[in-house]
Amino acid sequence: MSIDKIWVLAEAADGSPISSTLELLTQARSMAATVEAVTWGGDAAALAGELGNYGASAVHDVGDLGGSLPGAPVAGAIAALIAGGNRPDVILVPTTYDGRDIAGRLSVKLDLPVITNVVGLSSDGDTVTSEHGVFGGAQLVHAQFTAATPWIFIVRAKSFTAEPSGGGAAPVSAVAVPELGSTGTATVLQRHVEERQGPKLDEADVVVSGGRGLGSAEAYALVEELAKLLRGAAGASRAIVDAGWVPYSHQVGQTGKTVKPTLYLALGISGATQHMVGMKGSKNIVAINKDRDAPIFSIADLGIVGDVHKVVPKLIEALKARG
Amino acid sequence: MNVVVCVKQIPDPAAPQALDPQTHNLVREGKLILDDSDSYGVEMALQLAEQAGGGEVTIVSMAPNGETSGLRTALAMGAAKAILISDEALRGSDALSTAKVLAKAIERVSPDLVLAATESTDGYTGTTPVQVAELLGLPSITFAKKVSIAGGKVTVERQTEAGYDEVECPLPAVVTVTAGVVEPRYPSFKGIMAAKSKPVDQLTVADLGLEGQVGSAGARQAITDVADADTRQSGEIVVDEGDAHERVVQFLEQLKLV
Ligand SMILES: Cc1cc2nc3c(=O)[nH]c(=O)nc-3n(C[C@H](O)[C@H](O)[C@H](O)COP(=O)(O)OP(=O)(O)OC[C@H]3O[C@@H](n4cnc5c(N)ncnc54)[C@H](O)[C@@H]3O)c2cc1C
Ligand SMILES: Nc1ncnc2c1ncn2[C@@H]1O[C@H](COP(=O)(O)O)[C@@H](O)[C@H]1O
Repeated sequence: MSIDKIWVLAEAADGSPISSTLELLTQARSMAATVEAVTWGGDAAALAGELGNYGASAVHDVGDLGGSLPGAPVAGAIAALIAGGNRPDVILVPTTYDGRDIAGRLSVKLDLPVITNVVGLSSDGDTVTSEHGVFGGAQLVHAQFTAATPWIFIVRAKSFTAEPSGGGAAPVSAVAVPELGSTGTATVLQRHVEERQGPKLDEADVVVSGGRGLGSAEAYALVEELAKLLRGAAGASRAIVDAGWVPYSHQVGQTGKTVKPTLYLALGISGATQHMVGMKGSKNIVAINKDRDAPIFSIADLGIVGDVHKVVPKLIEALKARG
Repeated sequence: MNVVVCVKQIPDPAAPQALDPQTHNLVREGKLILDDSDSYGVEMALQLAEQAGGGEVTIVSMAPNGETSGLRTALAMGAAKAILISDEALRGSDALSTAKVLAKAIERVSPDLVLAATESTDGYTGTTPVQVAELLGLPSITFAKKVSIAGGKVTVERQTEAGYDEVECPLPAVVTVTAGVVEPRYPSFKGIMAAKSKPVDQLTVADLGLEGQVGSAGARQAITDVADADTRQSGEIVVDEGDAHERVVQFLEQLKLV
């Protein structure tokens, strides 16, 4: 068989496609002649320009979901399209909350497996090989489907670099949501948006992250101040997110964000594999930790063995003095 | 209020891990433990049953070699009973196969609520619970950081990119919980003793009517090869003697960040 058509799930936030979607469209272009997007949420007309500019030649629009969580209705709509004869060879899904929900439900509807946590994809025209990190990225596994198509891959953010193709706005066609029964009853009552300052964590050129070594929620102010001075974003290990010191949106790692900034500064973070998998693609890593044997030092370009409460305030003063 | 919690029993993450060079499956030998990610679901289930003023918490797990040590931990925390699906035929199961097995086992209990973790520590596909929900024809809410039950409905604070959403659905439903949701209790000595005599119902693939559909027989993806990733070299180490911040400033200068 040959890989002719790929669908990319086009998730949107604040009226634009998320960066993972643009990365996947870019990669899909190099794997198949026809790349199409599937979107939902009622913004399709506004998204069609950018989706086209990254390679989509058509947009299948599930439309406004009336407050339903996307998993069931979007999976239902895609399965109905496929049952109706419009069958892609590959479906690429970003690793997001809704992406996983949609892919999981779709997998059951099509009775096809999913390959998850993909960080690389290649195709020879007939097969697709995916790449995954295991054991915190120490080893790379390559995998292929032996099942019927469509092959569903859930891909982690920042696995590819998004590049526009210069294509024009993609034509939008509506896709109907079939009857879902009780599976479609999860409804959003209210959205709560947390305040954010400075650049987005996964787009920032500098990320300063803090961990349990800060000792208290109050000490996270050091992380925020340093991030601000470097015009970067403030991140965190899961330990301090679970402890309630900072919101989850700050978490870097396997269950949080993947970041690849020019500089990653880790303050009081031990370097558990689940943390490192989210940041070891950074161009430069500086770690400050009082334990000489902390695993984070094994991947740091510059490691400072010291107390964050001594080193960081001096660093902040020195940067301020330079103005 | 009857709650099922899906728990995975995994090799101790602190122990060295490896892939079998022939089959490329994760080597799962020796004693398995309760996946830490699932201890949150167990605690949440116990609290919800207590709040509802009655009902049972049932643990469901699919694991090789009749392994029960992880289940005993969940029973010692307070769950009433466990269902263990263990069968040579399940070796090499992918997430969809696992979900088929779990769904069939859960059907036997017909619970009001099914809890799972957002992702397991060793597999971390994060799709199994939603697949279970779809197989059972139930709604699901993933990434819960708070769960409450009232009037036949479950209300969840669901993590989002921007903050959280308040999401609701009627019961029965599947909910996946994050580590922030509750603080798991430590099993008491009394709990550990009591767990020894709690029922563990052992089932096979044939008992669930899934012969030939799961495990290697049902697997439709294959690992083609395993390679070592490029390792990052560690760089310069400076022990702070009061002036290490100056070295950091220099480094920032080299990168033209200041
Ligand atoms: C399924 C699963 C998913 C996970 N996902 C993630 C994830 O996405 N992201 C993540 O980060 N973690 C994740 N974890 C958790 C991870 O395993 C670690 O528990 C966590 O990263 C540890 O955070 P930490 O480094 O802040 O804390 P610790 O490991 O406790 O490290 C604190 C460090 O601070 C140092 N320190 C203490 N005092 C000072 C001081 N005064 N000055 C300088 N240094 C000091 C200590 O030497 C130590 O190295 C996950 C775990 C599981 C099981
Ligand atoms: N073999 C299993 N037995 C019981 N529950 C499981 C099993 N595999 C996955 N689960 C459940 O699904 C969650 C997510 O697992 P995963 O899809 O592997 O990330 C786990 O935390 C469990 O709650």
